[in-house]
Amino acid sequence: MNKDNSNPQTFKGLSKTAAELPQSGIRRFFDIASQMKNVISLGVGEPDFPTPWTVREAAIYSIEKGQTTYTSNLGLIELRREISKHGMKRYQVEYNPETEILVTTGVAQGLDLVARALLDPGDEVLIPEPCFVSYKPCVSLAGGVPVPIETTCENNFQVSVESLEAKVTPRTKAVLIGHPSNPTGAALQRKTLEEIVDFACRHGLYIISDEIYDRLTYDGEHVMVASLPNAFDRTITLNGFSKTYAMTGWRIGYACAPANILHTMMKIHSYTMLSAPTPGQKAALEAMRRGEKYAIAMAAEYKRRRNLIVDGFNAMGLDCPMPGGAFYAFPSIRATGLSSEQFAEQLLYSQQVAVVPGNAFGLGGEGHVRCSYATDASLIKKALERIELFVDSLPGVSKKNDLRETSDQLV
Amino acid sequence: MDSLKSREILELLSNDSRTSAETIAGMLGLAPSQVKSEIDRFEQEGIIKHYGSTIDWEKAGIEKIVAFVDIDVVPAREVGFDAIALRIAKHPEVKHAWLVSGGCDLSIMVEANSLKEVANFVAEKIATIDGVTGTNTHFLLRKYKEDNVLFGDLEPDSRLVVSP
Repeated sequence: MNKDNSNPQTFKGLSKTAAELPQSGIRRFFDIASQMKNVISLGVGEPDFPTPWTVREAAIYSIEKGQTTYTSNLGLIELRREISKHGMKRYQVEYNPETEILVTTGVAQGLDLVARALLDPGDEVLIPEPCFVSYKPCVSLAGGVPVPIETTCENNFQVSVESLEAKVTPRTKAVLIGHPSNPTGAALQRKTLEEIVDFACRHGLYIISDEIYDRLTYDGEHVMVASLPNAFDRTITLNGFSKTYAMTGWRIGYACAPANILHTMMKIHSYTMLSAPTPGQKAALEAMRRGEKYAIAMAAEYKRRRNLIVDGFNAMGLDCPMPGGAFYAFPSIRATGLSSEQFAEQLLYSQQVAVVPGNAFGLGGEGHVRCSYATDASLIKKALERIELFVDSLPGVSKKNDLRETSDQLV
Repeated sequence: MDSLKSREILELLSNDSRTSAETIAGMLGLAPSQVKSEIDRFEQEGIIKHYGSTIDWEKAGIEKIVAFVDIDVVPAREVGFDAIALRIAKHPEVKHAWLVSGGCDLSIMVEANSLKEVANFVAEKIATIDGVTGTNTHFLLRKYKEDNVLFGDLEPDSRLVVSP
């Protein structure tokens, strides 16, 4: 009402920290792509499957029964018990459901809680990149200083201890890793993880391990960081239901950590979130109790699509390493001579395929694009055809022999 | 080919029989020619019986009368239920025929152009067979799901076009 009377110059500035946060590089592509018709999107960071019906049905029932009040700050005890059992069974890691597990509104909130629980202003966090877009901002918002560590395609995006050692200072408090990785799909090898644990022990650092894609690991077994020798006491594990059970919109995740750390996280959570949404927790409980076969079937389908898309990129002359997990291919587009952003933008305008430029994910991402294969196989095929048309229109990309047919002749 | 891959080929085709051999090959890390020859084998050995499609006839404006008929049978010496079952199943009006446990012995699905045609078919061709002691016909009123496909409106893909 008094709009006209207010002089904008009398306002003080917004928070410097918040104002200085960069906007996610994904945003611009979203704006362009959402205006266009006939777009095939490989830019989506969530499963294309709907949440299994048994999970949805259980949530509906819980709402009908009026189970819509707050839960304990830590989350439903039944859910925490299931999470604890799962950790035991799958990774032989024992978290006490009473004191060491906190149900969060997704890994994103878990990340925010860890950062605030661990960091004082100026504390540094080592973050191997390319990485998920929230890592650095969460650290900054908690007053910390994110210190990016570059990993490269040539090294399969494995983190080298030398590169960590080069950036460690007396202010370093933690290492933050996400594996399997969004955006590269890289699954960190046991040896790499053991080296990171040793490094953390030597310098007295915490390890924040985002393992949201653990169940989408396709070659071999996922290694849970907390299961490694000497890791448990200094590791905070973040996980959730979004990817495994196709439950992104429910916003339910969890954090597991030794009781002293978890207690501090819970204090912050109790003031800022109170408890994770109750229908979502009920849904997550159903997912843990009856969702296993759907989780397995979805993972099997992602694996098939992974093979299809990686095969397709390599055949058209874009080097694409086989990602060990998650649902992203991260092909190199260097052969085209374009930058990641140029490639993504020109591809979108000329062939209506949306991908995300790799530089949106930090160091080591330039020269790549992230392509999600959480998309129906027939659409992936179509997208690959369009990308190939685009790549063929550029000078300088030489196609490899079709490896499939070559190997076929040997059979 | 290892049996796990063979099974995956069958699962993919049962889900969408138009999935090309090239696509399947890409998905399973096989050569297209390997997949083609495996599918040929499935067809020759009668493992893949038939490729059809799931059609919402009502939406197409075409009327089809469908009935499920429970049939009680006295099994015959030596051949059990098989002789009567085959005798019934060979009619083209019979789309499915199963031996089942529970309240009846055979359960069949009949498709025809009118109620009368179904009623006549059951009365004249099924109920009169020696060994059939009773029939119970249920007419289909509405299809909600067939071949793992829900009829009615699809759930839209409501995901954002690009997301982190």
